[in-house]
Amino acid sequence: MQIKENSKEYDVIIVGSGAGGGMATKVLSEAGLSVAIVEAGPFYDPANPDQMTQMKWPYDSPRRGAGTTRAFGDFDQAYGGWEIEGEPYSQVDDSEFRWFRSRMLGGRTNHWGRISLRFGPDDFRKKSIDGLGEDWPISYDDIKPYYDKVDKLIGVFGSKENLPNDPDGFFLPPPKPRLHELFYIKGARKSNVKVMPSRLSILTKRINNDRGVCFYCRQCARSCMTYADFSSGSCLIFPAQKSGGQIDMYVNAMVRTVLTNEEGKATGVSYIDKEDKKEYKLKGKVVVLAASACSSARILLNSKSKQHPNGLGNSSDVVGKYLHDSTGGGRMAFIPDLIDRKIYNEDGVGGMHVYSPWWLDNKKLNFPRGYHIEVWGGMGAPSYGTGFNVNDFNKFFGLPVGGYGDLLRKDMRKYYGSLVGMDGRGESIAMKSNYCEIDPNQVDEFGVPTLRFKYKWSEHEVNQAKHMQDTFEEIIHNMGAIPLGNKADKSSNFGLTKPGEIIHEVGTTRMGKDPKNSVVNEFEQLHDVSNVFVVDAGPFVSQADKNPTWTIMALAWRSSDYIIEQFKKQNF
Amino acid sequence: MDRRDSIKSIMLGSIGFGVLFEGCSTGVSSEEVKKAISKFQYGRTKKELAYDKKLFSVKCFNDKELKTIKQLCNLILPPNEFGSIEDAEVPELIEFMAKDIPSYEAPIKEGLSLLNEVSNKKHQKSFFECEENQQKTFLNEMAYPDPELSSSEQKKEVKWFSLMRNLTMTGYYTSKVGIEELGYVGNTPNVWDGVPQDVLDQYGLSYDKDWIDKCIDQSKRNDTAVWDEEGNLIT
Repeated sequence: MQIKENSKEYDVIIVGSGAGGGMATKVLSEAGLSVAIVEAGPFYDPANPDQMTQMKWPYDSPRRGAGTTRAFGDFDQAYGGWEIEGEPYSQVDDSEFRWFRSRMLGGRTNHWGRISLRFGPDDFRKKSIDGLGEDWPISYDDIKPYYDKVDKLIGVFGSKENLPNDPDGFFLPPPKPRLHELFYIKGARKSNVKVMPSRLSILTKRINNDRGVCFYCRQCARSCMTYADFSSGSCLIFPAQKSGGQIDMYVNAMVRTVLTNEEGKATGVSYIDKEDKKEYKLKGKVVVLAASACSSARILLNSKSKQHPNGLGNSSDVVGKYLHDSTGGGRMAFIPDLIDRKIYNEDGVGGMHVYSPWWLDNKKLNFPRGYHIEVWGGMGAPSYGTGFNVNDFNKFFGLPVGGYGDLLRKDMRKYYGSLVGMDGRGESIAMKSNYCEIDPNQVDEFGVPTLRFKYKWSEHEVNQAKHMQDTFEEIIHNMGAIPLGNKADKSSNFGLTKPGEIIHEVGTTRMGKDPKNSVVNEFEQLHDVSNVFVVDAGPFVSQADKNPTWTIMALAWRSSDYIIEQFKKQNF
Repeated sequence: MDRRDSIKSIMLGSIGFGVLFEGCSTGVSSEEVKKAISKFQYGRTKKELAYDKKLFSVKCFNDKELKTIKQLCNLILPPNEFGSIEDAEVPELIEFMAKDIPSYEAPIKEGLSLLNEVSNKKHQKSFFECEENQQKTFLNEMAYPDPELSSSEQKKEVKWFSLMRNLTMTGYYTSKVGIEELGYVGNTPNVWDGVPQDVLDQYGLSYDKDWIDKCIDQSKRNDTAVWDEEGNLIT
């Protein structure tokens, strides 16, 4: 195959444009370094009318928002999903890891839930607390200044609560709770579950003149045309371009390998242009991988050479290992008080206005790590699926279910907005036996070897999921609601989601002091190759009961500062 | 809606784009396809647009089936002052979904054909040609699931009718007329400032002072945020 080579040598090549890649682009380009972003999907701007789905009505789509073409409905802004045609992945034995990929500029930051939680001091030293997993090589104090900077740069609403392991930050004020959230507050307090304003990166207040202020349409999953929510394009990459950064963008470019020289140092990357299917080479002094935890691991494992026979940065044999996702569990309930409720606009922000951080002490429980509770419900916009089983709740009142005619419209109106749901999102234990690796028998449509997964939950996660179900049931009871469906039991692992399904996969290139059992150092620099960094969630040693994005960005900023320092010292 | 919440109302996985339409006929003119597709304007990718065009270029239901669907939908939700099944383009949605979610196609067709079969046997005419009271007699047999059984344990015709009822309901209530009838007033720029007082009063609820003091003062939403060193907002 003919390989086309670009003669320009960049200071830094950044692979991937999500939270980590976007942050590296902003910090490195603003320091005057020349940057190439290599993104596997197309260019995307939430303000581009041709790509916009925000403020559309269900009838603007022939499938009314059904999830056939996009996993979370066809207005959701993630190009990709659980399965991507031509880009398969496989499993070892009966493993069922689910891998969500979004191929577009900004990656998954365009549709994510914007839940922006800092890790707390204990989250960096879990092994010291419960003997499981590993401690991070850094502490909360090392990363705190970067969390502060991320808060101020991007904007996050929340409230000062002085909780020991859920540190406060530089918050914008939160929105007032919705009605079903007031019911939740009542129920949670009765159950002695802490409840407080949620912390989401949505602008309830202006932070600069380049971005708008939230206008409360509840559609952050469609990415905001006024840039009032965080996405990597609107908040990091476009501002970096605007401030004059030397940034070249290579889109629809699937990176195959990191290229290395005789000394084993990286010299750039090779990628396949998805349009012409040809292979190209880019030269760079430093390569920053931010392709997502599993994709970056795949690139490293596929970058074999004489100097790196086990894949790049993999002398420890740890690349791909310690893969872990958040645990998940949920329960829906029906609030009889909300029958025939008054209808008004309660869209609010694109997510919950209240939530429960982890509130218990694991020493008194039969599982080691915590979870937080997310709340949803209320009078949402109709979408495909609205009106299904319209009067199932009639059974709670001994009334006939089903039927036809005008009674259905009455039931539709009667039960509209009476649902509430709770989702637990918890910390799992990182284990060496859960991993991704290269499948020796499969390549994708570009000829690049694909990943296969092996992942099994342990008793810790199952016990935690049981605790979630018990808690949900108690809160539902205490808020005067009726739980729906059967309570998940042992036969279904107590409703524990499949690994990968919460889309918080982390840990595949974990950080550590010892090159024998970790892949990168505290600055996310490969132990084996000094000019290659990984700034996605791969370096996470443990994932806390917090969503990973805020920590990805704080670490990416810290590592970028280190890269700039090394450039100044002429180490690259 | 949170992206993971929406999965609950959608309840579908993603499928490949390489679907074959068994039992569907081609022969839709490119002019008709163009007309159908141009009604729907939102940020689709090129690949998604091509897939939608492909769906519009084949017909799933023949005229008789469509007439049956229309009549059935009209019985499920009769027209009222807000609009009708036709205004809500419910039959068009059912035609589209039967191709978009291929597992719908065979059961829908089978049910339609069975319905006409029993109708022919009893009244020597197709379902849609029957009198309304005759049609309703058929519906009465299918419209009421046994509350003791789970949805998968229901009789076949009950399951089929539930599917048709679900598609009719969702088609109507995701249409312009249906949304207006339901009274949903969102999807428009606004400033959320809490639950209206009369609604709080109705449920005997109130906001805690401590909580509300932390919340956004909407009169200052456009003042650029400035914090002191401790992270206290001072604007």
